[in-house]
Amino acid sequence: MTPGAVQQLPVWGPLAALAALAVVALSGAMVNDVLAARFSGRRGGGFAPIAEAARLLRQRRRSTVAADELLRRVGVAGLTVASALKVAVLPVGAWVVSDLAVGLVWFNAMDVLVWAFVWLAGWGQNSVFPLVGGYRFLALALAYELPLMFALTAPAVAAGSLRMGDIVAAQEGLWFVVWMPVAFVVFLAAVLAFSLQRPFTAPMAADIAGGVTAELSGVDRFLVLTGRYSLLSAGAGFAVALFLGGGSGPLLPDWLWFLGKTVVLLWLLVALRRRIPQLRPEQLMAPAWVVGLPLVLLQVLIVAVVTINGRSS
Amino acid sequence: MPEAVLFVVLAVIAVAAGVAVFRTDSMARASYALAVSFVAVGLMLLQFRLEYIGVITVLMMVMEMAVMAIFMIMFMGMNPALMPMDMVHSKKLSAGAAIGLFLLLTAGILLADWPEGRSNAGGDLTRSLGEAIMEPKMLVMLVISPVLFATMVSALVLANPHGRYSAYPLLPAEDADDDGQGHEQGQPGGSGGHAAHGMHGTDGGSGTSDGHGQHHGGGGHQ
Repeated sequence: MTPGAVQQLPVWGPLAALAALAVVALSGAMVNDVLAARFSGRRGGGFAPIAEAARLLRQRRRSTVAADELLRRVGVAGLTVASALKVAVLPVGAWVVSDLAVGLVWFNAMDVLVWAFVWLAGWGQNSVFPLVGGYRFLALALAYELPLMFALTAPAVAAGSLRMGDIVAAQEGLWFVVWMPVAFVVFLAAVLAFSLQRPFTAPMAADIAGGVTAELSGVDRFLVLTGRYSLLSAGAGFAVALFLGGGSGPLLPDWLWFLGKTVVLLWLLVALRRRIPQLRPEQLMAPAWVVGLPLVLLQVLIVAVVTINGRSS
Repeated sequence: MPEAVLFVVLAVIAVAAGVAVFRTDSMARASYALAVSFVAVGLMLLQFRLEYIGVITVLMMVMEMAVMAIFMIMFMGMNPALMPMDMVHSKKLSAGAAIGLFLLLTAGILLADWPEGRSNAGGDLTRSLGEAIMEPKMLVMLVISPVLFATMVSALVLANPHGRYSAYPLLPAEDADDDGQGHEQGQPGGSGGHAAHGMHGTDGGSGTSDGHGQHHGGGGHQ
């Protein structure tokens, strides 16, 4: 439980973390497009995200009548900002941008910001479908947030600390995924949910003409799509730090292990979510609260009992 | 010195955003101006090295404003919330209450017999604060909090027609409703679902099962 388990980076730390986040997120988008191309019988597709980004950045920005421009811009730019702020407390091997004593709570707070940003992006456009999309996200968020919070509690209880560095250090002997599989699965589902990936894409579904993204074009659409992939990447990074031992591994340096695990987990999530059908917004509440919540509470109970026994013996 | 400047900037943002809550004519802007005000207060708490309380303040307040947006449609319907509207009412009473409370709190701050401050408090400040506030009642609080949480979840489950009368919907609501009769049989006491059903029947559009399903989905699950 030493505060010096990880080392804070100097001034260039935030830039390095942002660059790493951008590269990892881009790799996720590339894998997605390679899989999409393969699914439709084509080859390649890896550079499709770059081409799409170039197209969107040259595209003219569309605006709606009487839009609340301030709220719309806050919401649209916010997803990327929230993911960058999450990464600020994420230990990459032995390095971290900010070794906050309550890093895990910080991650949770930034994830709640996504609630606000998606809704603001939907509301600010002053258009029916984006508004419906924003409210759909709130309906999903109410369902996934409590299981996510309790899933985050399990590693914190086992490590006896809310500092990300301590949680990684507590997995020296045994990765938390081994004895907290339920919390791990719930956490991964919540990662898909807060990054607006399937099966939680109802806020931007085709039946409401793209929902939150219906009226977005140009750089606005680029920011939202980038925000989804960077949230997914940040979520994968936190899954590695919380459950998969962080940067621990043989031979290679630990930052390389950390990034390797994160990228592999991200690619797995990208491939997995292509195979899951989309949930309607009202379908999530019952499974999440009636099944997920008791299971994850049971998991926290087991973790608490094991941890207290381990400490007293 | 930089810390003092940051504190003043955050304080100004907190007060200005608080004023903006009442000056704006949009419910969305008002609620998120309030969120900005609280986020500034949360960051000020970080400056006091009360990290946990500061970050939790940010978390709770942003989440609260998102839930406020749900209340907008639950209690007000969508139209008034979408229209520009005045954010103040009962002006004289509320101004009087605000000034009175401000004077009371200021008097309390100035007149209270504060303990001597230490310039560099050590250790975990959140822990010391928690122990100072509720140390003798810690066990009670720890027992009560899971009971409270379980009560809230079960109250929600009971309040929801689906939670009470068909414990876990194995079939999506639409599928049960497609023949137009499953709805009646499936929910003998689901008053929320019936109200939505009845309203839908009177507006003359109940011919298509698709529209029906949409309406039921919105009404039955709130």
